[in-house]
Amino acid sequence: MQRSDEQGLAKNFGRWLEPLLVPVLAILTAVIVGGIIIKVVNGDPIAAYRGLIQGAFGSPKALSETAVWATPYIFAGLAVAFAFQGGLFNIGAEGQIALGAVLSALIGYALPGWLHTSLPAYIHIPLAVGMGMLAGAIWAAIPGALKAYTGGHEVINTIMMNYIALNLTSFLLNGPMRDPNPLDLSARTPEIAPSARIPPLFNIPGMRVHWGFVLALVVAVIIWWILWKTTLGFEIRTVGANPDAAKYAGINVKRTIIVTMAISGALAGLAGAIEVTALNYRHELGFSTGYGFDAIAIALLGKTNPYGVILAAILFGAMRNGATRMQFLTQIPTDIISVIQALILLFVAADAIIRFIYRIRARAERVVLTRGWGG
Amino acid sequence: MDGRRFAIIVFIIAIMFGTVVLVGISKNTPLVIVTSMIATTIAVATPLTLGALCGLYCERAGVVNIGIEGTMLGGAFFGWLASIYMNTIFHFAAMPSLIVGVIAAVLTGGLFALLHAVLSITFKVDQIIGGTVINILASGITGFLNRQMFFGAGSVFHGQIPDSPGVLPAIRIPLLADIPVVGRVFIQQPIAWSAIALVIITQFVIFHTRWGLRTRAVGEHPRAADTVGINVMHMRYFNVIIGGLLAGLAGAYFTLESISSFQPDMTNGRGFIALAAMIFGNWTPFGAWSAALVFGAAQALQINLQFFRELIPAQWAFLQNSYVVGLAPYLLTMLILTGIIGKTIPPAADGKPYEK
Amino acid sequence: MADDHIVLEAKDITKQFPGVLANDRVNFDLRKGEIHALLGENGAGKTTLMNILYGLHRPDSGEVFVNGKSIMIHSPKDSIQAGIGMVHQHFMLIPVFSVAENVMLGDETTHLGMLDIRAVSQRLRELSQQYGLEVDPAALVGQLSVGAQQRVEIVKTLYRNASIIILDEPTAVLTPQEADDLFRIMRQLTQRGVSIIFITHKLKEVLAVADRITTMRAGRVVGTVQPRETNEAKLASMMVGREVILTVQKQAARPKQEVLRVENLHVLDDRDLEVVNGVSFEVRAGEILGIAGVQGNGQTQLAEGLTGLRPIKSGQVLIAGKDVSGKPPRPIIETGLAHIPEDRQRHGLVLSYTVADNMVLCNYYLPPFARGMILQQDKVDENARKLIKDFDVRTPSPYVPTSKLSGGNQQKVIVARELSRDVKLVIASQPTRGLDVGSIEYIHKEIVIMRDRGVGVLLISAELDEIMSLSDRIAVMYRGEIVATIDASRANREQLGLWMAGAHAEAV
Repeated sequence: MQRSDEQGLAKNFGRWLEPLLVPVLAILTAVIVGGIIIKVVNGDPIAAYRGLIQGAFGSPKALSETAVWATPYIFAGLAVAFAFQGGLFNIGAEGQIALGAVLSALIGYALPGWLHTSLPAYIHIPLAVGMGMLAGAIWAAIPGALKAYTGGHEVINTIMMNYIALNLTSFLLNGPMRDPNPLDLSARTPEIAPSARIPPLFNIPGMRVHWGFVLALVVAVIIWWILWKTTLGFEIRTVGANPDAAKYAGINVKRTIIVTMAISGALAGLAGAIEVTALNYRHELGFSTGYGFDAIAIALLGKTNPYGVILAAILFGAMRNGATRMQFLTQIPTDIISVIQALILLFVAADAIIRFIYRIRARAERVVLTRGWGG
Repeated sequence: MDGRRFAIIVFIIAIMFGTVVLVGISKNTPLVIVTSMIATTIAVATPLTLGALCGLYCERAGVVNIGIEGTMLGGAFFGWLASIYMNTIFHFAAMPSLIVGVIAAVLTGGLFALLHAVLSITFKVDQIIGGTVINILASGITGFLNRQMFFGAGSVFHGQIPDSPGVLPAIRIPLLADIPVVGRVFIQQPIAWSAIALVIITQFVIFHTRWGLRTRAVGEHPRAADTVGINVMHMRYFNVIIGGLLAGLAGAYFTLESISSFQPDMTNGRGFIALAAMIFGNWTPFGAWSAALVFGAAQALQINLQFFRELIPAQWAFLQNSYVVGLAPYLLTMLILTGIIGKTIPPAADGKPYEK
Repeated sequence: MADDHIVLEAKDITKQFPGVLANDRVNFDLRKGEIHALLGENGAGKTTLMNILYGLHRPDSGEVFVNGKSIMIHSPKDSIQAGIGMVHQHFMLIPVFSVAENVMLGDETTHLGMLDIRAVSQRLRELSQQYGLEVDPAALVGQLSVGAQQRVEIVKTLYRNASIIILDEPTAVLTPQEADDLFRIMRQLTQRGVSIIFITHKLKEVLAVADRITTMRAGRVVGTVQPRETNEAKLASMMVGREVILTVQKQAARPKQEVLRVENLHVLDDRDLEVVNGVSFEVRAGEILGIAGVQGNGQTQLAEGLTGLRPIKSGQVLIAGKDVSGKPPRPIIETGLAHIPEDRQRHGLVLSYTVADNMVLCNYYLPPFARGMILQQDKVDENARKLIKDFDVRTPSPYVPTSKLSGGNQQKVIVARELSRDVKLVIASQPTRGLDVGSIEYIHKEIVIMRDRGVGVLLISAELDEIMSLSDRIAVMYRGEIVATIDASRANREQLGLWMAGAHAEAV
């Protein structure tokens, strides 16, 4: 629980800015290094970045698309950040997103048929989204339970669950859940019923930003509230900061680990469910590829704080969105974004490097995010 | 490796081999099936073995490295790129190009490992996050360069993938390879041979030399090592880099020995499975190798069953579905990590940065 | 024995750590063949000085001379080269290595590139004969007793031809008899020309074994004296800087009903070895039962078993008449247990949390601190402000992370949290380990206040003096069993020491 002591306004202002300093410098440094890489491969970094910014913020439509990109990033970033608060490293967001999307799509397109009736949107949407969250929660709770009861490390287990999810969704989307329309050649589900669709925010053609973005912002506030204002959050953070002390204090550590992973997975599942119900109206194979790692970068860039996650997710969304225009204008492959994002993660994770380059004195203590196989 | 663990491994491999033999016996003699299984097993186990040895050098010195996946991927890409450059731009013959490729892959691995060492040892970044950075960085850089080099603005290859110099030729052990049927086992490609050699060398280095004693000391109780004048930082740096060289060699397996092309993210989780093999092998070279062989046998099972597709009863046919069979290594990894098959004990200071 | 040749001299050593001046122009010298004791409380700067001599820290200023020559010690390598060896308080041994491997580490003998275990073992046997230090080169260190491990550490220094040996708090883990053995070994070493620096905070030992005594306080040397010119009280006041009352003042106990009953308790350790072996005892309201014993005789697991931190194998634990055997920690805490854990930083505190949050670590979920699932931050803060005042916790505010507090104040945070709750039983494990005298006195006083208020206290401590001065009854634990129980008024050191070493009580 951070709290400012009674100090001067200027100093308080500095306290507010200080946590932003390192992330901002990390982004700046990554952009510079990214520019050098573009230069090395005979590209024009200035033109590339200009295209990137234009594509991300250049018009109302660009802004709308940035928000569309940012939405799943916020959910997935929150998922990883939440797990970090509980001392757990969820590398499995990708698989949890895929499972959430699959189940949400299934409820979306098949439920009215099963019930032989159409459903009102106020029932169908929550049901589709809720089942997506549940799928994600279960998918993450499995490695959580393995960690709690056998000590199997969640890092490797969540990655394994990613590959299992990939195989499972491939199987479903190529088989039982595949769109029966013979003209549809890709591995994807049929479209979901209109009653399961979350509407766009504005009724303007080309503006795809939807209510899911607003939901993401609200969920971030809820997550912050859970973590810092409730006894559950206290338990989760205590287990994360010192599991031995948590046990000593009477907290059920095993249960807390599983609950933390389940909530984290539910958030990732929500990312998948919203993509299906508010944007694509179906689930297509492989759409979640890369989200898991992006989510880690977003969570760390946001310093595992829900509000930080929002900012980081919007930045990442903007980069992904702007990259298409950059490629169109300069023929620099959009993959350079992955390199820049990896560099941001590098500099954020190793903030000592940034502090070293820019000669900033370390003030915060080292925070232990994860533990090795032994502990 | 203890006897119990060894018995379990032999048992699992025997079951896998037995299954294939039973299914295929009407079409082929058991001996032929078994030798073909062994050959596939060893080949598939190669990158896992090398990856596990990478993990072993790192963790014996007290550094957890989950960046093996990315290190392999980097080695695979840059090794392949180097061999193509030598072959098409500098017009070297296939063999020298491949050798340069392998060297480049190994050095790339060393470079990635150096980054991990700087992050985790000097800057004391959380080691699991350091490894994740490497994985993401490797995926991003190889994906970007792969596209940029061949399709991007001003690319050297003007939008087409050039002919690659092929794969490393198999080396046969004279006499042994001439034995009928079983001789097939003694015909392996060079990286597969070197993986086996490196298992033996690592066993010797870790348990019988001064370097190994100091490495283990640094991984168990770095302060104790420090108090007798051992430079903990140096030991950790060098072991992490040695590991990286091995992971780079594992990367070369993918693009220079197995197939002769590169695909984004082609390592497909093998770096993580290698870590599981190392854990299952209780941080010993022979243990890790035999665990890698289990994964190899699982894959050999899948490949070999395809030859006998029509012989499998209809109600078991779904097992052939690649999505189902493909789950085996991942489920096996999770099972191993539960410790049900036998509890393992990591080095005491594994994953802990050393603070003076 | 000692002659006047000075083998080691530290001149004007100054070392600053963030926030502390650990060594302030310290001067120290050591003569050939003498035992020079360095006395001081925890945090006085003794260990810093020794770490400087051993190359683990570098001084900000000052010089070190060995045999009259100024030398630069940058790392342990340099000090080993100069003939300095150190036996650390926490042994620098690798449990999974053999004795021979541990001894040769860093100074290995090889033959054709392979470690030559045979040659090392041979050399070890010679050394152990020469100095009367019994060690088995092939044994795994992790399986040796603490005393044997200490011998390995001493042999390790001799293997490196050390002529100056630093012993850092060597008796902390020994029984009085084992300590006597160590003193005998120290004498033998000095007779062969080895010089010894003996670091301790135990006054009796210094007087018994040292040739000279240097006392440090708050980073400075207070003075150097001969044992025959001084006594315990004088040394204590030199050490602390004021008169110290060496005994705890308390009235006779008035025990009432039983608050803790333990019957035939068996507990396993992490390696599944039975380390608590059928222990039975009871604690009454208004009394302090002290459990004496050398570290590692099952006391840790006993406390963990009683508090639910470790599953028990069999047996019964009753707190205030309620059977709590095998229950998890929370229901046990709720029956009225306060627990001051042995490892305060690992179990007792979340170091990154504020003082205020740590003060509700065990009852954050109860009113008034929570209403339903929602934390009541103002109540948490109010509680902290009150406890900080009542228990005299020195902290700039309730909102600083506990990691920023001194060890004594960290322990006070735990004591405040545990003793402010409405409890019937207090289990205090090593409550004063590593603390300064002021904090020790304070915590002892609080424990006696609890007793007088009618709370039962189970005190587990490896410090025999603490047990003897606080307890009303004393039970001695050896290899997982209680070998004797005696009224504190009838106990004497020698008898307790024998029991701690395993002698069974006949009928006391």
